[in-house]
Parts: sequence; C-alpha cells; structure tokens
Amino acid sequence: MKILVAVKRVVDYAVKIRVKPDKTGVDTQNVKMSMNPFCEIALEEALRIKEAGFAKEVVAVSIGPSQCVDTLRTGLAMGADRGIHVEASSSFLPLTIAKILKSLADVENPGLIFLGKQAIDDDCNQTGQMVAALLGWPQATFASKVVLDKDKQSATVDREVDGGLETLSVDLPAVITTDLRLNQPRYATLPNIMKAKSKPIKKMTLEDLKVDIKSDIEIVEVTEPPKRKSGVIVSSVDELIDKLKNEAHVV
Amino acid sequence: ISTLILAEHESGSIKPQTVSTVVAANHLGESSSVSLLLAGSGSSLQEAASQAASCHPSVSEVLVADSDRFEYPLAEPWANLVDFVRQQRDYSHILASSSSFGKNILPRVAALLDVSPVTDVVKILGSNEFIRPIYAGNALCRVRYTGAGPCVLTIRTTSFPVTPITESKKATISQIDLSKFKEDAVSRSRYVGQSTQDTERPDLGSARVVITGGRALKSVENFKMIEKLAEKLGGAVGATRAAVDAGYVPNDLQVGQTGKIVAPELYMAFGVSGAIQHLAGIKDSKVIVAVNKDADAPIFQVADYGLVGDLFEVIPELLEKLPEKK
Repeated sequence: MKILVAVKRVVDYAVKIRVKPDKTGVDTQNVKMSMNPFCEIALEEALRIKEAGFAKEVVAVSIGPSQCVDTLRTGLAMGADRGIHVEASSSFLPLTIAKILKSLADVENPGLIFLGKQAIDDDCNQTGQMVAALLGWPQATFASKVVLDKDKQSATVDREVDGGLETLSVDLPAVITTDLRLNQPRYATLPNIMKAKSKPIKKMTLEDLKVDIKSDIEIVEVTEPPKRKSGVIVSSVDELIDKLKNEAHVV
Repeated sequence: ISTLILAEHESGSIKPQTVSTVVAANHLGESSSVSLLLAGSGSSLQEAASQAASCHPSVSEVLVADSDRFEYPLAEPWANLVDFVRQQRDYSHILASSSSFGKNILPRVAALLDVSPVTDVVKILGSNEFIRPIYAGNALCRVRYTGAGPCVLTIRTTSFPVTPITESKKATISQIDLSKFKEDAVSRSRYVGQSTQDTERPDLGSARVVITGGRALKSVENFKMIEKLAEKLGGAVGATRAAVDAGYVPNDLQVGQTGKIVAPELYMAFGVSGAIQHLAGIKDSKVIVAVNKDADAPIFQVADYGLVGDLFEVIPELLEKLPEKK
C-alpha cells in the first residue's frame, strides 16, 4: 500500500505575525516558514504505518511556490520516500487544493491519504473532508489514534470531538486528518537530511493534472483584531475578589 | 435568502449552538427564511424536532430525516443528505455551527456542491460578506463569496449569542421522503463508539464562568482544585494544551485555536502562560483573570485582573473567600 501525505508550507508557528499596512494580507516576506505542524503529525503517522509493515511507500505532496521544495525536503529527511511538488504561483482555496490532491490520487492510487486537520495560517479545516468527498472515500477527521487492520483493509480511528473521543472504522482507501495528540513527530537526523538530498522530487503543473482553479472567494481585506485594553495587577486575593464583585460584577 | 441549517441535537433536544446558528442566519439579510434539518432516528429525533420548531421565532420549517442511516453523525451519509435536501428545495445558504460536527460534515457538503465554504464566521456583513479569524485569531479576514452555488458557512457560535426569546411561534415540521435517497451500496464508514465524560458541570462552550488550569497544576490530583473552584462558581473547567498533553484532563477540555473557543463572562486562568494558540480561544471573554507566578507571562497582557502569585496558595484562599453560587 502507498500513503499520500499533503504537507503545507506556512509561517512558523512561533512567529508573531504582522498584518500588512495595505490590509491585503499577512506579511510573509523574510519570515521563518516551516511545515504546518498538523502536516508534520500526518507525515509522522504515515511513516510509523510504513515502519510497522502496513505500507510500502510514503509520498509527500506540497502545492505552492518553488520554496515548497524545502518543505518537501524536510519531509524526505523525516523519512518520506519521494516528493511531488505541484507548482503554483498564487495561493489556492482549499477546494482547488482538494481537486489537485484528487487528481494525484487518481494517478498514484494510494490506500490512505493523510492530511493535517487544518493549516495554522488560514485555519480552514476543510481540505481533507473535501478530498474525501471528491474521491467518494470515507473520512476520519481529527484523528488522535489510528489502528490499521491489514486483513480487513480498514482503519479504526479515534477522533477528537467536542464531547470527548469518537471511534470510527473506515474501509480503505480513506482520508484521515490528524489532530495534535496523534503522535510526536520525529526530528530529522543529519544523516537523513543528507540522504534526503538524493531522494526524488517530481515537479508537476496544474496543466499536467488538468485541474481548473476555483476562485469563488475573494479576500476583501485582512485587519488586526481589536486589542484588549490592558488591565490591572492586583496585589492580593482580597483585592481580586473585591474587583470581581464591585467593579466587574461577575461574582 | 433561504437558509438551510444542519442542526445538532442530543437526547431529544436541540443544542444551544444550533440556536446561535439561527441567530447568525438572521444577519444574512431581510426576509430570510430558515429551515432546520434534523437527522437521526427514532423517538428522540421526533422529540428534538418538536422542540426545534419553537426554539427561535425565525425558524420557518423543521425538516426531519428519520432513518437508521443517520443514527450516528457519520460525514458520508449526512453530507449526501444535505445535498439531497438541497436538490429538492433551493437554498441560498447552508449553515452549521463550527463544532466538531459541523466542521466534519460541511466541507464535505461544499465539495459535493463544488463551492468553497467559509469556516468560523464571526461576523456577517451581508448575504455574501463575512469576517473570519485567521492565524489563530491574530488577524481577521474579510471575505466575499462570489460563487453561483449555495454559500456554505460554519458559524463560530460564541460570536452570535442567543438573547432570551419572548415570542413563541411554532414552525411546521415536515418529514423528508427518503425513498429516493441514494447511498453507496455498502457503507464504508462505521460508528464504533464514543467515550464521553459524564459531568454535571455546564458545557465549556457556553458556560458563564470558565476556570482553566495549565501545566503548572503539575498533576491530576492538583487539577481537582480547579474543578472545586469551578463548582463553587457554577462554571466549566478548561485546560491548556500542555495540561491536556500531560494527561491531567481529557482532550475535550482544551481551550484554544484547535480546542474550544470560549466567551464567558468570567474567565479565570491559573498557571497559564498564555501561548497565542491559547489566547486565540479566550479573547472574546468579558472579564479575564490571570494568576501566575511569572510576572512576565503573556497572559497578563490580555488579563483584566492579574495576580502574580503561587496558585497553590491563591486557589485555596479563593475557595475560602469567594461567595457561594447556587
């Protein structure tokens, strides 16, 4: 079985972002970029499944500008066997990304597609569900545990839902999106970083994949959220209770 | 404007986040009609439908899909159901709350309809213009939907509070004819089970008071102090990602970018440093109180009242001195 993992290049999670003065978006020039943390978890899970003998190959896919190759190299250094870079100059809506991934799945025929449940830049939480719909595959989103059954060709997945944990069983092929507690992604070791340099990354274009770009959402403007005005530091529990009672009227 | 809302219900009653979604639908424009779609099976579904009919005066119709196929909220049949209902009646908007339920199903619906959905709408400026947070709420993005198909939205319900309803009106309830509802011959997704925490405390997402603990609590035992304080104030218990990862409390108590978004009247954080991902989930709280040993903790920058001190001394003192709530 082959596993396809989608990895997105995003502003590093530790960077304090700045909204551009012209309100067209968030400044990504000269800002540290990394693999989306949820995608790292997705890739880690795919690698563990391969290491357990359930899969033969892990293919990492990234869609975006030329620098996405760096993100793919990170994935290859973690242990992915090869990469696919779908070149795109502008950023796409999740629906277009889902169509690209569907098109790749039609060619690659993976048994599983792993994605992070959301990207920490646009926080959309849509792509996995949409790929599953386009392929007509079952989906298991927000996974915190994945157990494969090779004989039954199915996966039992614990999902983080509002009320606790939900367990589903999905037949393969399926789409799984990963939540934070699924695993702790590994660090790439130096020898593996060196090895990754010789692993293949295939370049593809939208024309190769025959995907039409859907742009039915326009970004009107991006602004900073209103700041909370800073409060006061109280010196004792008594003062705190007094403020909560007589100033804020909340207790 | 005609809106279809995918409703959530549990043990015979409609969930509060669905009522908030109805409130949001009212912002889409004048003379909008709102249909609630309830799926499930058996008597608790019919009970919920009857309650849904009078849950808000702007609900004009309650559609009921009663079938074993909808016994559990599996994304595959439910997304097909929304598509099925939409084919029979035209809707300009399809909404659900941004719960784990809505976020699981609605993007799948949108892909079936070949439209781009909008996640986590916090403000509605018109029938096709919305504001949603990006980068963990560190920026707000105003978007315009320009597609031809229905506009698909998930609603961040803390941004659309329900005001007390005085008017009583009962919407019509119709059963959906499912005889033509097609599904893959064999279901390829099965519900196995759910582990929920039985708790008497109010729901985290809609509680008036939320008491949160961070990693500084150090153990499951110590975390009980947070629970005691929550009980005393009639509030819900929350936790940071670090506290959940350390195993002090279950995952569904996590507050933040990827956990629950809360907007209580009073939010009290103990031993919480204030990572941006956590602050993203509490920003809309009315009053934020922070107690932390570290005077430089970022949480103090958003707190209305900060107290620099040891939570192991502060919490017992609060327990002793705070007035009792019913």
